[in-house]
Amino acid sequence: MKILITGISGTLARGVAYRLTRRGYRVIGIDRRPWPDVPEGVEMHQADIRKRPAEDVFRISRPDALIHMATVTHFTTDTEERYRINLGGTRKLFEYCHEYGVKQAVFVGRHTVYGATPDSPLYHTEDEPPLAGAAFKELADLVAADLYAGSALWRWPELNTAVLRLCYFLGPSRGGTLAGFLSKKRVPLVLGFDPLYQLMHEWDAEEAITLAVEKQLRGVFNVAGPPPVLLSTVCEATGRRAIPIPEPLYPAVLGRFGFPYLPDDAIAHVKYPIVIDNKAFIEATGFQPRYTAKQTMEGFRWH
Amino acid sequence: MSFFDDPQVRRNVDRLPIDFDDYGFDRFGLSKKALIRAYSPMAYMYRHYLKVTAFGLENVPAQGRALVIANHSGGLGADAAMIFTSLLLNDDAPRLGQGMAEYFLTRAPFARPALSKVGHLTGIPEHGEQLLADERLVVVFPEGARGAGKLYKDRYKLVRFGTGFMRLALKMDTPIIPCAFIGGEESFPQLFHIKWLARLVKGPFVPVAPQLIFFPLPVACQIYYGAPMRFEGDGSEPDHVIQTYIEEVRHAMERLISTGLDARPHPFMLQRMPGPDKERAP
Repeated sequence: MKILITGISGTLARGVAYRLTRRGYRVIGIDRRPWPDVPEGVEMHQADIRKRPAEDVFRISRPDALIHMATVTHFTTDTEERYRINLGGTRKLFEYCHEYGVKQAVFVGRHTVYGATPDSPLYHTEDEPPLAGAAFKELADLVAADLYAGSALWRWPELNTAVLRLCYFLGPSRGGTLAGFLSKKRVPLVLGFDPLYQLMHEWDAEEAITLAVEKQLRGVFNVAGPPPVLLSTVCEATGRRAIPIPEPLYPAVLGRFGFPYLPDDAIAHVKYPIVIDNKAFIEATGFQPRYTAKQTMEGFRWH
Repeated sequence: MSFFDDPQVRRNVDRLPIDFDDYGFDRFGLSKKALIRAYSPMAYMYRHYLKVTAFGLENVPAQGRALVIANHSGGLGADAAMIFTSLLLNDDAPRLGQGMAEYFLTRAPFARPALSKVGHLTGIPEHGEQLLADERLVVVFPEGARGAGKLYKDRYKLVRFGTGFMRLALKMDTPIIPCAFIGGEESFPQLFHIKWLARLVKGPFVPVAPQLIFFPLPVACQIYYGAPMRFEGDGSEPDHVIQTYIEEVRHAMERLISTGLDARPHPFMLQRMPGPDKERAP
């Protein structure tokens, strides 16, 4: 079986590629970024997913499955480019899937699409609408991409589509949204708030994505590992210093005084929890995380 | 032993039928440490200040989901605090009552984490379902803020009930334990409300009582738990069916309230009412 991974040079995607090759799958990768020490058994194409060479990969290599991980966040990319990659790119890839007879497509999205508001429930289920775009405009393109990928379920029923809403992950690669937030010794909390954060080990996240392809998953699924922990616990267990900052001053300190940079709207994600219910995914795949929250966080300690 | 670390509270928190993680938190953000810190002063207040006596605690199941439905009074939430304390201090089967918090509280800094660390989540139906599905004990005051803000002249009259709790009980197949709190109205007799101040702080009401501070008088209180009630259905019933079920619960609560009012020698009693001394075991 040939599996195409878009955005293969990303931290999580590389891990997925290793896993799949070890299990005997042929892996093809597309990314704008290079992967210099690409392992044997991975056929790497340095290309943009919206350009002709990407379509050629579909036409010539005829992959059986697609794992779409070529999405970008506000941490690296400006608004216009984000819409082009996240929405334009996702649309193109699903069209190629349809055109070139791909049987399985897995869109790897984020659990933050549910949005963080004071009155939203814990343990979001997949039937809840992703509301993040309303309060956090830097996530609107990812919400739209998530919904667009989901629309492939009725648009092209013969294509087995799975949309994964993955919670935060931490791991040795030190990549990912939460790792970015914890990238410095000092972590800015909002004074008087301490939300639950849901995180899983990077290797468990890679395993979950791999399982989604292997089990030919169809539908929208929340992917999470161990139960959530408080943000203050995350800071403590990873050896960071949680610095509570009064809300009016919060935007002013971001990116200064040794704090990481965040867009203004991200403050809601530091005040309120986004916690997802992973029952449906576990039922469909039998996924069992290997690492507890404690092991995951202690592996990410500040040295 | 200290004011913030009561041995009975600590012992009973350890016996709660709840799974805690490596850091002493449960999957909803409940903290063992915070429970001991919050319930220890409440236990002192329960024993020595409001001198609470609880009757019928055997009606509360030792484990498994259940809904305690209680009357609300006394403006400050001291009634809720004492009901939660009576459930935890029940040495036969300690339970953690988890409340459905007012929206205005869960938006506020400090209040939100403080409440969720002791098990009170924003009062939305999803949270009720999630807690019951996890075999927790949920405490609901169906009168809501309307009930808590009742004036002294309307004491012990139940105001309109919300229907959410009954739909929740039916959908989650959960027994309802009616509960009456006696003494709340005398400990904080509300004379009137300051409406403009309530609007200013975005709270439901700002009450004024003769003691002029937001603290209850040391009136002895009693709590009565009634026999569990079960109703047939799945929560999708039309409103008139739900209303007849709710009337049954309301009647059960009214019976408990009148039993409680009749049992005390006079309203402003300061002596603890003798009871089934279970909840005061050392």
